[in-house]
Amino acid sequence: MNETVLCKHKLTTKRELLILLLIKAVLTIKTLIQIKDLQKDYISQNSTVTALSDINLDINSGDIFGIIGMSGAGKSTLVRCINFLEKPTKGTVIIDDKDLSLLNDQELRNVRQDIGMIFQQFNLLMQRNVEDNISFPLEIAGKSKAEGRKRAKELLEIVGLGDKSKSYPSQLSGGQKQRVAIARALSTNPKILLCDEATSALDPTTTRSILALLKEINKKFGITIIIITHEMTVVEEICDRVAIIDNGYVAEHGKVEDVFSNPKTDAAKKLVYSNKAAVAEMKGKRCIRIVFDGKSSYEPVIANMVLECRAQVNILFADTQDINGKAIGHMILQLPEDNMVAEKIINYLRDRKIVVEELKNYV
Amino acid sequence: MFSAETIKMLIDGTADTLYMTFFSTVFAYLFAFPLGIALVITKKDGLKPKPVLNRILDIIVNVGRSIPFLILLIAVIPLTTFIAGKSYGTTATIVPLVIAATPFIARLIESSLEEVDKGVIEAAQSMGASIKTIIFNVLIPEAKTSLIVGGTIVIGTILSYSAMAGVVGGGGLGDIAIRYGYYRYQTDIMLITVILLVVLVQILQEIGMRIAKKTDKRVIK
Repeated sequence: MNETVLCKHKLTTKRELLILLLIKAVLTIKTLIQIKDLQKDYISQNSTVTALSDINLDINSGDIFGIIGMSGAGKSTLVRCINFLEKPTKGTVIIDDKDLSLLNDQELRNVRQDIGMIFQQFNLLMQRNVEDNISFPLEIAGKSKAEGRKRAKELLEIVGLGDKSKSYPSQLSGGQKQRVAIARALSTNPKILLCDEATSALDPTTTRSILALLKEINKKFGITIIIITHEMTVVEEICDRVAIIDNGYVAEHGKVEDVFSNPKTDAAKKLVYSNKAAVAEMKGKRCIRIVFDGKSSYEPVIANMVLECRAQVNILFADTQDINGKAIGHMILQLPEDNMVAEKIINYLRDRKIVVEELKNYV
Repeated sequence: MFSAETIKMLIDGTADTLYMTFFSTVFAYLFAFPLGIALVITKKDGLKPKPVLNRILDIIVNVGRSIPFLILLIAVIPLTTFIAGKSYGTTATIVPLVIAATPFIARLIESSLEEVDKGVIEAAQSMGASIKTIIFNVLIPEAKTSLIVGGTIVIGTILSYSAMAGVVGGGGLGDIAIRYGYYRYQTDIMLITVILLVVLVQILQEIGMRIAKKTDKRVIK
């Protein structure tokens, strides 16, 4: 919006430009969602389960905010508290200076029309075609059918499914269904998009394309995105800020790079290091000596080998140097116990014209 | 094989059976639809939880479902007379048929609506849909196929109930079967009414299933 202001008035002085940029900066760091002392209890006949307690989070306008935690940590409950699909037992959520706990049902429904939501299972209406799915929120908002059609067409272009308007959800793949769900969530031009495990049912490639789409939407429309996930990679890939939920509490929150590079709490450590295989003691008896005799030192041979073969090696000895871009020297590696993997590693190295010689009784 | 008179009687009987079945189904659905919806939304985890009301409706439906039709048919004769002016004949039979079918249909509607994915309902709520919108634009359209299949079952059941009404002079094929086949030992007429009933059920069943399949968008065609 500020760009259009800039264009229209053809500002002449640098000072005015500076002021406008400042205003823009202030606007963009505005807190859009405030979660205050939130607690959610589930009360059944003979017991009370506290799903969330003491949740305090500020989410800035335009951010992509990740909420990560193990399953059962309470993150799905938390996201449902943001649009009051679940009413908090204590505390409140303030969106755009509006305290949701003070609203009646009708007002709450109006607020929800301003908050898009997508789900793990897509939750499309199976008996409606793509176009009618996308225009459904507009139908709820009382807009005309023609308006809904027009908006559906625009949105289908944005999510890259321009030719699917008359298809039914059953005819689409998982990734396409999620794209339709995203288009549907955007139809009312919401300020906030809630994503509840939106990529958890998708394969890694599709996940990446959906995340790229979310990022694009965030940039293009300045929409604030809240992503609930149990996958580290999702947060790493697109989030600006992250909160780690553990056992119903916020264990840590802050900028993604800060939290992930230096996790302080046990819960955070467990999450951050969980996808890295535990460092097992090397028990393999086979050792090899590999000789670098002037191959390009730019190729990270050992690192590539580890990644390709998905196996660990232990560097027992190394004496290499880089002479004018050529790697010279030798290295002794301890191979994994599994003989198949060991053979794979040896073959991998030999394929790259590296001299490999097996050492007997080195360890 | 049969005299022209007998044939005419069989044709009239078939028409009477269809007449009773059709109107009973229509009226029963008028009562059963709101009842079925109420059963679903007043549940503990429903859109508008009202546990006490839900329990009451549940009991009413269960009681209605557990009274054998033949007994109900006789028990409601005073009511039938009050509404239809007499207790016998095709039009009068519609009254007990509607009473018997309503709880049965309500249960079928309830189970059809229950089949709708809770996630889709939640999605609609997240868009700010009202309960009314969710009922009419999500629950019913999404359960469409199941509702049509249910309707097919209902028509078959009402048709066979209507034949039972022949015992108290209800008219239709059942009436003919009892009067000629049972009281007069005319096995051939008995047989032909049975065949006609089977054929009718088959035809209606087939039509219903085809409509259900044709309107279902969940399967790739």
